[in-house]
Amino acid sequence: MPHRSEIWNILFGRLSLDSLPFLKTDLEGRIVLVTFIAVSIGALVILGLITKYKKWGYLWKEWFTSVDHKKLGIMYMILATVMLLRGFSDAIMMRSQQAISFGANHGYLPPAHYDQIFTAHGSIMIFFVGMAYIVGLMNFIMPLQIGSRDVAFPWLNNLSFWFTFWGAVMFMISLFLGDFSTAGWLGYPPISELAHSPGVGVDYYVWGLQLSGVGTLLTGINFLVTVVKMRAPGMTLMKMPMFSWTTLVTSGLIIVTFPVLTATLFLLSVDRYLGTHFFTSALGGDLMLYINLIWVWGHPEVYILIMPLFGVFSEIVPVFSRKPLFGYSSMVYASVAIMVLSYLVWLHHFFTMGSGSAVNSFFSLTTMIISIPTGAKIFNWLFTMYKGRVKVTVPMLWTMGFLFTFTIGGMTGVMLSVAPADFLLHNSLFLIAHFHNVIIGGVVFGIFAAINFWFPKAFGYKLDEFWGKLSFWGWQIGFWVAFGPLYVLGLMGVTRRMSHFDDPSLQKWFITAAVGAAIIAFGIFAFVVQLVISFIRRKEYAVGNDPWDARTLEWSTSSPPPAYNFAFIPRVHERDAWWHMKKNGYKRPQEGFNPIHMPRNTGFGVIIATLSFLCCFGLVWYIWWLAAVCFVGMIASVIFHTFNYHRDEHIAAEDVHKSENDPDHWALENQSVLA
Amino acid sequence: MSAKRLIGLLLAPAVLLLGGCQKLVLLHPQGFVAKQQSDIMITSTIIIAIIIVPVLIAIAVVAWKYRASNKKAKYTPEWDHSSQLELLVWAGPLLIIIAVGAISWIGTHKTDPYAKIDRADAGTAINAADKPLEVDVVSMRWKWLFFYPQYGIATVNELAAPVNRPINFKITSSDMMDAFFVPTLAGMIYTMPGMQTQLHAVINKPGKYKGMSANFSGAGFTHMQFWFYGKTKQGFEQWVAKVRAKGTDLSTSAYLQLHKPSIAVPVTYYTKFSPGLYSRILNRCVIPGQVCLSQQMAYDRRTDEGKLWQKGKDKVKAMNMSMPMPAVTSKPASASTAAAH
Amino acid sequence: MNTTVADFTPSKPTDFYCAQEPAAHSGTLVGFWIYLMSDCFVFASLFVAYAVLGTHYAGGPTGAEVLDLPGLALNTALLLVSSVVFGFAMLEMQRKNQKAMIGWLIIAGILAAVFVGLEIREFLGMIAEGAGPDRSAFLSSFFTLVGTHGLHVTVGCLWLIVLIVQVARFGLTEANVRRLKCLSMFWHFLDLIWVGVFSYVYLVGVLR
Repeated sequence: MPHRSEIWNILFGRLSLDSLPFLKTDLEGRIVLVTFIAVSIGALVILGLITKYKKWGYLWKEWFTSVDHKKLGIMYMILATVMLLRGFSDAIMMRSQQAISFGANHGYLPPAHYDQIFTAHGSIMIFFVGMAYIVGLMNFIMPLQIGSRDVAFPWLNNLSFWFTFWGAVMFMISLFLGDFSTAGWLGYPPISELAHSPGVGVDYYVWGLQLSGVGTLLTGINFLVTVVKMRAPGMTLMKMPMFSWTTLVTSGLIIVTFPVLTATLFLLSVDRYLGTHFFTSALGGDLMLYINLIWVWGHPEVYILIMPLFGVFSEIVPVFSRKPLFGYSSMVYASVAIMVLSYLVWLHHFFTMGSGSAVNSFFSLTTMIISIPTGAKIFNWLFTMYKGRVKVTVPMLWTMGFLFTFTIGGMTGVMLSVAPADFLLHNSLFLIAHFHNVIIGGVVFGIFAAINFWFPKAFGYKLDEFWGKLSFWGWQIGFWVAFGPLYVLGLMGVTRRMSHFDDPSLQKWFITAAVGAAIIAFGIFAFVVQLVISFIRRKEYAVGNDPWDARTLEWSTSSPPPAYNFAFIPRVHERDAWWHMKKNGYKRPQEGFNPIHMPRNTGFGVIIATLSFLCCFGLVWYIWWLAAVCFVGMIASVIFHTFNYHRDEHIAAEDVHKSENDPDHWALENQSVLA
Repeated sequence: MSAKRLIGLLLAPAVLLLGGCQKLVLLHPQGFVAKQQSDIMITSTIIIAIIIVPVLIAIAVVAWKYRASNKKAKYTPEWDHSSQLELLVWAGPLLIIIAVGAISWIGTHKTDPYAKIDRADAGTAINAADKPLEVDVVSMRWKWLFFYPQYGIATVNELAAPVNRPINFKITSSDMMDAFFVPTLAGMIYTMPGMQTQLHAVINKPGKYKGMSANFSGAGFTHMQFWFYGKTKQGFEQWVAKVRAKGTDLSTSAYLQLHKPSIAVPVTYYTKFSPGLYSRILNRCVIPGQVCLSQQMAYDRRTDEGKLWQKGKDKVKAMNMSMPMPAVTSKPASASTAAAH
Repeated sequence: MNTTVADFTPSKPTDFYCAQEPAAHSGTLVGFWIYLMSDCFVFASLFVAYAVLGTHYAGGPTGAEVLDLPGLALNTALLLVSSVVFGFAMLEMQRKNQKAMIGWLIIAGILAAVFVGLEIREFLGMIAEGAGPDRSAFLSSFFTLVGTHGLHVTVGCLWLIVLIVQVARFGLTEANVRRLKCLSMFWHFLDLIWVGVFSYVYLVGVLR
């Protein structure tokens, strides 16, 4: 290391030329260098195009500072898609390493690099893919479904997005500046403690998660208040669409669990920054406390992820079976039961810690009990299709893939919940296969179902069917080819997070799994092609407000919906309000509009979140002045924002009139594409 | 890849499930504890399958039969509720869970790693003359250290036990959190620094079995593996004799040398170790002068009069923190790969 | 449910929508209440940490050796009185008596600031004795729990100053009344947490 002066240390903290991994000449450095060049070129091209077409002003005014829940929802979806590509390239690297690293061959990833990759893969997929997708979906759909103009706290919504965005950026820059955590996606001590991870990796992890965690918590509060306070007149809780119900349940779970994550990571960070002894092995610290706390958040988290997708399937199945949802109230009770139970099962993640058989059998039982409401849901979807007219569109295809895959994942889940079996299966590749089975089969399939289902609403044209089906089959087949072998390997006693194997007879399984990952890669590729082709053919694929002949309120307004969502706030009489309106002679009003009161866009969300990010960046690299300045700046901007008294504006009645009578907005009105 | 190999690859699952089951160690373990755990796993899977398989079939049948183009199928566009079906929907999973839950409850108590072994296997009683084999296990960065206090020997990365004789493992860790796992023997248990977990197990068949750390513990974790030998009584005696013949002295300084992070450490034998070494590792006071955890805790509970702290004087901090255990200071990773082979 | 659908025949199309914009109602108070509930979970986690680690003295000082009960009595009194005073301020707000309200707010703020000051003094004293947060898990959890509460009080004081300025400049507008109500909830919430801290951390800590 070159000599570093005091001044340098004060100005740049631990940052130095050594922090740039792509300057290293080893293989690892080369890999990072190629990635860096590719990403830089990509970024330069995008930034250049934006500059060339002078779109910065447009982006800033219409998107970055927007408080419109629909635009924020779309921005979340874009962020999540970008992060999906990142998280998936990590997966490809892991699969290829494990496929070749046998015997004398140690693969191309040394442990320090491999460990970063599986850590990044896990945390990115959960926090910036899964969470970003579901928050995006809830953002876009829920206010429309409950007949509201926006969420309860629109600018907070914008702030939440930017927190999440900067959290993701924190993870991304760790690629090219310093390195990332090697402590696994949950950052278990003692590895995550300063003594064992003195570098910046764990700090990147902690601060990235803190940023996005704050964003998610604010979102949870925001959506809960929205559902509770802003439903259209007449929409009692038991007349609310299922997706909005699951949004409510998810928000509730976020509110009671994300603070625990924040507190836990906070304790880890004071251990690292102030030398306290919460989770250290010395002076009374207790790593078991961390593991308990993180799973008190972590287990409900998986239900936070899956719940909204249960809602998605509950919307899609009735629409394409042309029947109301079977057992609506039992679906609601099941969701609430899952919400409560999910808080009582965390210990099943560490039966093997020596808690004793009384504790283990209690948590084994609570875990199994959760499968009862989940099983009831599966049956209810099945009975919704039963005696229906099932139209296998792309969203429905994803849904059926989900039913099939998720049910099997549920079965392996119950196997793992049997504590004696878990002593054998814990930390094995069987476990890896199980949770990918439920997360890919449940969350990811649900997200793609939702994208295919609501895309026409968001953009006014539908997605290409052919490439959509290819994408589905890529994922569906790829999933089984990739994770089937992992189930088998798990039963062979092969454990997770290994970067090398001695037993050559295992290699064929890992090669198969790598082939599976490649098939999934094709599924992702097909999805991107699907988006591009649909965009090119957007004229041909144009749809009206209600292409699926659907049942809930979001389909009553134009596609894409106007900024104010509904010219008049709907009045709800029944579940499936839009279906009811259609069946009872609803005519869209074309005059008599009122001026509409809407929140005004604001740049404060961007500013506050950016300053928070810089503050955290300063903390990661021990650049104390930067952290301090940005922290003060952040507080100051919050205070300054409270002096902003011009937060609302009115959309004039004439503008509403113009928009509601615009033939462009209302072409193909009420025309179904399901001929 | 030739076509033949490709076909072989595709058929592999079927072949494996029908014939070559031996590789699926979790389905055919050779230790009584693992065997019971495995049986519980298989039984509960079959019970769950009672509901899962019909559901999977029903998904396919319903989706096919009620496809939109099949106009002959019955269509009830308004039907959305049936109390009988609702009952079925909740009761079905409930019954299955009651059954599996009972199995899990009983099994959890029966295979509790802390419970003493009372049978060698389902049909074999324990030879009353055999006292259980005591093994003290330490997971280190990144190797396993096994003490045999009854024999006065210790080994690194090799474990042996006579068949049908209960083994009482006491398990701790020097720094990291690992999991002690011999799949054929018994389910895994975490190892944690400053804490002791236990495992009671027995091996029923002589053989060479794989053991490992099943919980990620850092750069050398992948190579933190060892062989576990199930041996006949005579075979075990011979093995002990071999260790005694080849072993060296595990003095405190030799231990501190061993304590430094290292990867893929070859099997090492020790004939002798400084007294109470395992206990001092557990209590984190291997370096002379360090205050042991047990003493700290006794003081904390006020059962020990020796005052460790008063204003301006702090025995624990002075000794324990000024002489920290060696820690990884730089990236250990790439340097280690070469050492691995 | 089917029957109701069939029986329902709207008399006029306006039944499907509100011809007049429904009155907007702010969700801020509910939202802030929910935020406080989520903050409860942060404190709950810290209390859990203290419950687990509170006896892990690691050969270091115990609660009885380093905690200062008379100082605690004063601190508690300050915070509770501050809460009562804030209540007076809210009463004056209801009466639209802006000056008196600001007067009470200033008193409440000063009491809270003294509370924070005394806490900082206590912390510095302990650190000087060699009983800082890095000495033992007990002290880590003590400093973090009490310190997090103190940080909340500090934020409350800052917020109070901002609101006093707001009210002085713009008067008791609807927005400011709403904000004062939120701050009032926050203020009482911190009192509630303090009751937990002082009984569980200080009293139990000294007695055990």
